[in-house]
Amino acid sequence: MRNLRLIARLDIKGPNLIKGIHLEGLRILGNPQVFAKKYYDAGADEIIYMDSVASLYGRDNLIEIVRKTSQQVFIPMTVGGGIRSVENVTELLQVGADKVAVNTAAVKNPILLRDIAERFGSQCLVASIEAKQTGKNAWEAYTDNGREPSGLDAVKWAQQTQSLGAGEILLTSIDQEGTKKGFDVELLKAVSSKVSIPVIACGGMGNISHLVTVVTRGGADAVAFASVLHYNLLSFSDIRKAALNSGIKVRQCQ
Amino acid sequence: MSVKKVTVIDYGLGNVFSVCKAFEHLGCKVTLTDNADLLIHSDRIVLPGVGAFKSAMAELQKRNLVEPILTFSKKNKPLLGICLGMQLLLEFSQEFGTHKGLGLIAGKVEPIPRQIFQGNHRKIPHIGWNDLIVPEGGSWEGTILEGIPEKTSVYFVHSFNVVPKNPLYRLADATYEGYLISAAIRKDLLYGCQFHPEKSSVVGLKILENFLRV
Repeated sequence: MRNLRLIARLDIKGPNLIKGIHLEGLRILGNPQVFAKKYYDAGADEIIYMDSVASLYGRDNLIEIVRKTSQQVFIPMTVGGGIRSVENVTELLQVGADKVAVNTAAVKNPILLRDIAERFGSQCLVASIEAKQTGKNAWEAYTDNGREPSGLDAVKWAQQTQSLGAGEILLTSIDQEGTKKGFDVELLKAVSSKVSIPVIACGGMGNISHLVTVVTRGGADAVAFASVLHYNLLSFSDIRKAALNSGIKVRQCQ
Repeated sequence: MSVKKVTVIDYGLGNVFSVCKAFEHLGCKVTLTDNADLLIHSDRIVLPGVGAFKSAMAELQKRNLVEPILTFSKKNKPLLGICLGMQLLLEFSQEFGTHKGLGLIAGKVEPIPRQIFQGNHRKIPHIGWNDLIVPEGGSWEGTILEGIPEKTSVYFVHSFNVVPKNPLYRLADATYEGYLISAAIRKDLLYGCQFHPEKSSVVGLKILENFLRV
């Protein structure tokens, strides 16, 4: 079995780290680089920065945050939010991002995924899918940070992103996001059983048993979480220990 | 103590910034260049790379960097290829067709097979933290992996794997769902890491620091 990856997700608005519930009601928490460095020191396997507003105006902030973070954080960094072109990807990779996560622009123009994968390789491309449940075992993909329905079936869209060259899927449940009530395990299962690329579970982590369930039942290859870290409810060493005790392999930190 | 110097080859591909920042973090003077003359006269060279083999070779050729790299490596000075940069050291790659590499190390680059392992599809790319293993009869003493305990995890992200003709060039292995990965290779002072030391936390920085000493 692979080592499960434990990922700190940091949502950004302008120069600030923020956190909301269901991707809404955003609250400012502080300086993103400071948090990123803290999680790096604590043993995060990866960092995800997600620009929640991603306006053209705010891009300089995001680029500056990524640049500063990569000077002191030596683990993989995925950056998402507002990526509309191959040039946007180049910009982010040049300041230290390792992967980019694309959602809205890919829904509008799926070929963008292929263009990015061909230019930089699939390992560089994360398809970010924000899904909301619409019925039993049915989910719709949303864009614009969970604000706009796309009309796309989330599972089918996930398969399509893989065939267009995505190397990973970041799967966020809008219903569970920020609630700390557990992941949408059925959503994870529906997607991970239909794609052969790694799936990152995101949205709803509140305690260790949530993590165990989404990995063992949902088939998640990685788990991303925010609230439990930002509000000091769980630490990476707690999570690592508990995962090992449940028979889930994780990286051994020195 | 004199400041260590490292030259990172800039050929328009990959996460050059992170590699540079990691070396700077170690107090090293980093020169990022595509200047052949600077490159040939460097103390040590890093060949980074993320992306496709074919376009990487094309970019090196476009900048007339292939010959300078070969010239440098003949001087018996340290060279480190990272990820795709390691794969480029081989003779050829089977990534979407067959493409010629730098040929500094005999062998090839092949796709990690997408096969069923223990009832599940092996997921490609191989992404994540995986453990370094000493190949049978191998040793890390005096190499860039000196002082790294066996089974230390480092960060991988790749879909293709290096297969050196001579197994003695294997410095470290890893296994990915039943498939043997060349995690690091070595031929004299020529090194390659399939994983990303610049993204492998404290352990990775230690490996880069070791490279400054070989």
